[in-house]
Amino acid sequence: MTAIDVRNLSIDLGYSSAKKRILGDVCFSVEAGESFGLVGESGSGKSTILRCIARLLNVWEGDIQLEGRSVNDMPFAEYCRTVQMVFQDPYGSLHPRQSIRTALQEPLRIHRMDRQVERMERALIDVGLDPAFLARYPHELSGGQRQRVAIARALILEPRILLLDEPTSALDVSVQAEVLNLLADLRAKRKLTYLFVSHDLAVIDHMCERLAVMQHGRVVEVMSRDVLATGEANDPYARELIQASLEYDHAV
Amino acid sequence: MTAKSLSLQDAAQDKAMSGSRSNPNSAFRRLLAIIRELLGNPSSGFGLVVITILVLTAIVAPLIAPYDPNVINLGNTLKPPSIEHWFGTDELGRDIMSRIIYGTRISLTIITIVSVIVGPIGLLVGTTAGYFGGWYDTIMMRITDIFLSFPSLILSLAFVAALGAGLENAIIAIGLTTWPPIARLARAETLTFRGADYISASRMQGASALRIIIKSIMPMCLPSVLVRITLSMATVILTAAGLGFLGLGAQPPLPEWGAMIATGRRYMLDNWWLVAFPGGAILLVSLAFNLLGDGLRDALDPKQR
Repeated sequence: MTAIDVRNLSIDLGYSSAKKRILGDVCFSVEAGESFGLVGESGSGKSTILRCIARLLNVWEGDIQLEGRSVNDMPFAEYCRTVQMVFQDPYGSLHPRQSIRTALQEPLRIHRMDRQVERMERALIDVGLDPAFLARYPHELSGGQRQRVAIARALILEPRILLLDEPTSALDVSVQAEVLNLLADLRAKRKLTYLFVSHDLAVIDHMCERLAVMQHGRVVEVMSRDVLATGEANDPYARELIQASLEYDHAV
Repeated sequence: MTAKSLSLQDAAQDKAMSGSRSNPNSAFRRLLAIIRELLGNPSSGFGLVVITILVLTAIVAPLIAPYDPNVINLGNTLKPPSIEHWFGTDELGRDIMSRIIYGTRISLTIITIVSVIVGPIGLLVGTTAGYFGGWYDTIMMRITDIFLSFPSLILSLAFVAALGAGLENAIIAIGLTTWPPIARLARAETLTFRGADYISASRMQGASALRIIIKSIMPMCLPSVLVRITLSMATVILTAAGLGFLGLGAQPPLPEWGAMIATGRRYMLDNWWLVAFPGGAILLVSLAFNLLGDGLRDALDPKQR
């Protein structure tokens, strides 16, 4: 089954002569249970695609289907329980004046879910945190702990699709590995579908089976993970990007 | 990281932060910390002490006032300050000190009611305008602009003239002129974090706009709005006194400070104490609110640090 299907997604800003194309005819699809990467340089439109799927941007054209249904036709409550998102900056994605308990309980209250305390404790244990963290505030946590809380919050509604917007780029390298392993474990356990945005090819190589390379708001090539090792991409830009990344890794 | 090392780390952190864990307790500690910080600074400490004295005076007014503020004694009019009457007596022989002490009740009533009206209105108008934007924002902000374009005393005068003279109407009129700056402030604050990731996250979890505004946005606006209300209390006291002086606020038998100055004005040249003491009280209290507001801004607003 196809979990995410993006067809001809375009965004134009401005009018007539000043019209500027931000995203142009983006097409890709992600199978259920698959982890799909989006890579590209800064400003190539990776996060913009994610925000369109997350319904945080509403001025796009084309069609986005989740599990066979257009996002605009889905009832919002059901949509929320299908897709959730983990943001890039763990310092900005948790409300500074809300305790972890409030942050985790809000979605449960909104969707009137049962066994709230049990679910909240379970969610924290699943991301490797002690349930005692419920009483803490974000400023009492480290970056890695905050990102774990953000993942717990995203998973508490039991979504089947998780959008990950560079979830580790704001973290320290050692913590990055921990969070990536956690994400990989959770995917295996819960059979989640990931759409993973990153500009770090090593991270994508570790996390994703397939990836799309983006440049200037267009998908230039969709390839499998194996291509990353050989560097034999068809598109010249994708080849250049992979080559640069490989050389960088060797240099380090 | 293994489970064991995680739990060890937790135990260490728990120990380090024990006490600040439970919610009411930590809120109380935070309040104490703020009060300590306010008292640490001489000017805001002065403001806090004066306002505390004001509140205590209002509560125990009947106990500490040496005379009844409304008893007329025509054999004892316009007496200068002395041992029996520390602040002298007015043209009807009433003890001015007692009247000033009872006047604190009126001033506090005005301040309390005005802030109870103005805080929620300003916060609601500002946060909704900032969050929704578009035509709603335009309409709300143009209404605010209209209110802001009048001097507050003139606008209050117009309202009181329309509603009729009296203390209640004066309070309503002052409330109507005080909310616009607060709405402006709340809107500006809202604009700075309406695009924040935690708002987006909340929206993705299915929170309604109202829920986001009340639960996520208002708590963020509250500190600066609180500071702004405290600072505008000085203006409120002056406007209330101004309305009283013009005969449109509290009516004569009530010992309102502005009204006391208005009646004392006729005897001012020979009997300075009729005007000097109520005037001093107004000065002291509005100064105290200004200083306290400045101190609160330093203590509450994280952007000032």
